[in-house]
Amino acid sequence: MAILEVKNIRKKFDDIEVLKGIDFSLEKGQALSIIGSSGSGKTTLLRCLNFLETPDEGVIKVNDEILFDSSDPLTRSESQIRKKRLHFGLVFQSFNLFPQYTALENVMLAPKLAAKEKRNKKSDDIYEHGSKLLDIYHDAHELLKQVGLSDRMNNYPHQLSGGQQQRVAIARALILKPDILCFDEPTSALDPELTGEVLKVIRGLSEKNYTMIIVTHEMEFARDVANHVIFMDGGVICEQGNPRELFENPKEERTKQFLIRYKN
Amino acid sequence: MELILQQMPVVIGALNQGFIQTLKLFSITLLGAFPLGLIIAFGTLSKIKIISLTTQFIIWIIRGTPLMIQLLIVYYFPGLVLHNPIWGGGESGRFLAAAIAFIVNYACYFSEIYRGGIQSVPAGQQEAGLVLGLTKRQIFFHITLLQMIKRIVPPISNEIITLVKDTALARIIALQEIIWAGQAFMKGSHGISGAVWPLFFTAFYYLIFNGIVTVALAWFERKLDYFR
Ligand SMILES: Nc1ncnc2c1ncn2[C@@H]1O[C@H](COP(=O)(O)OP(=O)(O)O)[C@@H](O)[C@H]1O
Ligand SMILES: [Mg+2]
Repeated sequence: MAILEVKNIRKKFDDIEVLKGIDFSLEKGQALSIIGSSGSGKTTLLRCLNFLETPDEGVIKVNDEILFDSSDPLTRSESQIRKKRLHFGLVFQSFNLFPQYTALENVMLAPKLAAKEKRNKKSDDIYEHGSKLLDIYHDAHELLKQVGLSDRMNNYPHQLSGGQQQRVAIARALILKPDILCFDEPTSALDPELTGEVLKVIRGLSEKNYTMIIVTHEMEFARDVANHVIFMDGGVICEQGNPRELFENPKEERTKQFLIRYKN
Repeated sequence: MELILQQMPVVIGALNQGFIQTLKLFSITLLGAFPLGLIIAFGTLSKIKIISLTTQFIIWIIRGTPLMIQLLIVYYFPGLVLHNPIWGGGESGRFLAAAIAFIVNYACYFSEIYRGGIQSVPAGQQEAGLVLGLTKRQIFFHITLLQMIKRIVPPISNEIITLVKDTALARIIALQEIIWAGQAFMKGSHGISGAVWPLFFTAFYYLIFNGIVTVALAWFERKLDYFR
């Protein structure tokens, strides 16, 4: 059964249709790569999945639960959205770490605030709350170790390289255990010599069968890591399929053109 | 010279008393204007058109007219026009009127600085918070606020230094702040008249006060240097 089903997503910005009916599904434990030239709507699609944009039309289902249905106003309310967006995580191109917090604090902030909220609503007693905070601290340590930053936990973002910042951002997303983790060109803002360390972390996640959607311009990486590739062009899915097939034997003319441009 | 030394204790006593009024007005203005400015800033940023336009209009009026006029209006309007002298006649009534005029005036200046500060925090910060499931409120208090404070410390410092000197305007409604106290010795007070030197002393109070405020603000700015 598909963990994610996306049906007929459409999105307009002031009369310009940026997504013109996107349909796809994703199996649990699989990695999906989305490629396509700049302006084709990849970022907008990820933002729709994370509810940073509201699609004008379409349905988003996770584990058969309807998270969003444009024809059902109930699924559009703010409090509903806040819970539902946690099915997804998003790693931004520009990291967006919180500058006033250390790496460790960045990773712990969201779960700590969630724990505090529960404590304030008195649904957790003081012991539950304490043991939760301990777990969060422990998880954050584990995750930072996993992304290779054990010795950088107490550094502030401006003391870290771009590659290190992006790895903190990945840990920050992972601590909430999203069903599907989305990456929006995670290495595009990095110096070439720093992309490797970030790609390695994502590769590690795919080896653990983490469900992921990766928008990227690293074609080789997409081919190696993804189980499925989507090529987007002008707000539609132009072609999709098995990575090896799509990269070696693209069927659509536009896919061919795009891949040739990227080879050079 | 001998005369001055003789008069000194009386003058210092009077100036100290005036300075306490100055200090009180300064403190209460900051205490009131910091939060009120934030509320006004949220007003101008509101998506509801009437709210944002009304607050922008109020800011335009307050910033477009001299504080001295605002003081006079706040103090005299209720009594002379509405025939309802809510402030009473005493020093405490004058202080209350002055405090209100100062708080509203400075809140409007602060609100514009706050607004710039909030808008200068990149949208990606809020989006990162949203994606992590935080509420708008949590995002403001745990992510935006400190970044905004860091950005607004220099312009707010300028306003605070200006406020130190602006407190003297309260003299216009006869609030007995330090310049009023100093000037009294020219007109005649405590048996001393025609004395100009207390006014120089008054200037000295301002210099010291300003020096302390400047140092404190620079310290605070350095405190926030740990992040960028
Ligand atoms: N908030 C927005 N307002 C108006 N136009 C937008 C907005 N966001 C994206 N667009 C437009 O939508 C199109 C697709 O953008 P995007 O999804 O960022 O593409 P990609 O990530 O594939 O480069 C672009 O033409 C872009 O200018
Ligand atoms: Mg993009």
